[in-house]
Amino acid sequence: MSMSAARVGAVIRKELAEFQRNRFIVITASILPIVFLVSPTASILSLKASALTTTLQKRVDYSLFFPLLIPVFVPAILSAYSVVGEREQGTLEPLLTTPISRVEFLLGKAGAIFVPAIGVSYLTFGVFVAITQFAAASPVATAVLHAPQLPAELVFIPLLAAWAIWAGLAISARATDTRVAQQLSTLASLPPVAVAALMSFQVISPTFAVAAALAGGLLVIDVLACFAVAQVFDRERLITGTKPTTEQHYRVRGAS
Amino acid sequence: MGVGAAAVEVSHLTKRFGGRTAVDDVSFSVARGEVFGFLGPNGAGKTTTVRILGTLIAPTAGSAVVAGLPLGAADAAEIRQRISIMPEAPGLYRRLTVTENLDFFARLYGLPGRETRIKEALEAVGLSDRAHDLTGSLSKGLRQRAALARTLLNDPEVMFLDEPTSGLDPVASHEVHGLIGALRDRGVTVFLTTHRLDEAERLCDRVAIMNTSLLTIGPPDELRQTLFSRSLAVTTAAPLASPDQVFTGLPAVQGWQGGDAAGGGPASYVLAVSDPAAAAPAVTRALVAAGADVLSIAESRHTLEDVYLELIEDTEGRTR
Repeated sequence: MSMSAARVGAVIRKELAEFQRNRFIVITASILPIVFLVSPTASILSLKASALTTTLQKRVDYSLFFPLLIPVFVPAILSAYSVVGEREQGTLEPLLTTPISRVEFLLGKAGAIFVPAIGVSYLTFGVFVAITQFAAASPVATAVLHAPQLPAELVFIPLLAAWAIWAGLAISARATDTRVAQQLSTLASLPPVAVAALMSFQVISPTFAVAAALAGGLLVIDVLACFAVAQVFDRERLITGTKPTTEQHYRVRGAS
Repeated sequence: MGVGAAAVEVSHLTKRFGGRTAVDDVSFSVARGEVFGFLGPNGAGKTTTVRILGTLIAPTAGSAVVAGLPLGAADAAEIRQRISIMPEAPGLYRRLTVTENLDFFARLYGLPGRETRIKEALEAVGLSDRAHDLTGSLSKGLRQRAALARTLLNDPEVMFLDEPTSGLDPVASHEVHGLIGALRDRGVTVFLTTHRLDEAERLCDRVAIMNTSLLTIGPPDELRQTLFSRSLAVTTAAPLASPDQVFTGLPAVQGWQGGDAAGGGPASYVLAVSDPAAAAPAVTRALVAAGADVLSIAESRHTLEDVYLELIEDTEGRTR
């Protein structure tokens, strides 16, 4: 049985409907972007036009780093809930008794997290840049707009989100409790942020070549993570919590 | 699936989890359109067997054919397309409405005409008026019905129902029994896992009793006859003066016991018989001829519960 876009779409549609009606998820996914928007925006707006260049640089670096945490933390929370949430509701087994393949299941879950996480991240970034352009002192606004790490960070948003999603899904597939899964997912999402932080604070010079190399590396890690998650993701392990003990197990075929 | 082919054919199925054997060398077949009961105590391997047949977990050894397809990775998705499974817990998304739940599953099955199918499934379980309610707001009985509607969506060849009346009140259970009867009338093969022996006795054409391995299989009546000798229960107004003379030599009567009367009141006798229909008239005539006042003569019926307890206690006694 070939991969069905309709089944992937069905999972995305269902997940989004569930997220919208889950108060905990809505509040968490709303508060984080607000926190990561308010703090850097206030920091930038408090700068006067006469601020020293070094002060200005530090504030811009700091302000541009914070929005990068949104595509890490929001997907980590959503993806951690994703599988363990199904298990807690008792819906995992009925879902896995349908013809859905593990690839369709994973893509559906990942897609449902990726879309809102990216949307919220870019929206927050956009609002931050817009506010600084309209409300900050002229030299400060210019410094934000022409910061060398700004375009690189825009590229990093989906890559960081993808890593957080795969790490979260892997943890969620093994966890038995939503809160534990969310804490572990958040921790597991942090390593790539360290790289982005080094670039944001210009410890690593954010030239186009460096940014492209880091982005490429992160992309490779994301793809490998996707395969790794698919490997640990089989029906038997999800339902019984034990490894399959036979060569026949249903993870072997991609379609199953 | 060809005419006459079994809906489920299981051969030497074994499943081990580490050092623990959950299912041990189980073989049986289920005919198309049959309501097949699968009985056993907790931990007997019933749910594991259903999960294996539903391609959720793989067997350690043995093979099976489900809905005309051999169990294995190659046909797993197609088998899942042809069957449906209702686990013990309804497993509905509590934040979605009944219709949204069914629509999601209809999309996963890739069903054309989803709206019509959902409407028909809801009508079949009598849930049309609650179609737009959140499933989290439904009672347990209504959630069970919604889960049953979900299993009807793909018009399955084989339906696995795991404890479908667990936790339901008598009225709700009765309704589920009615639905299972309706499924049988539609020719759907129903594989019913249950603890409720009255339910199995009432609904199932055949039952299998297992406790890790298969203990017995057959129609409930046949199991009763195989396991227990048939008997007549006779009650007379007073003890017979010479019961041996009355009962010995009567057609189809193999032996008797009883006759104790508490305080000189009615006396009860149990007669082992090979054919109750042939023995009863002869016993009645013999009692009348002996001048006895007969209060009742009836065939003693062992229930499926008697069969179950006899087998389970026997296996548990052997393993102790």
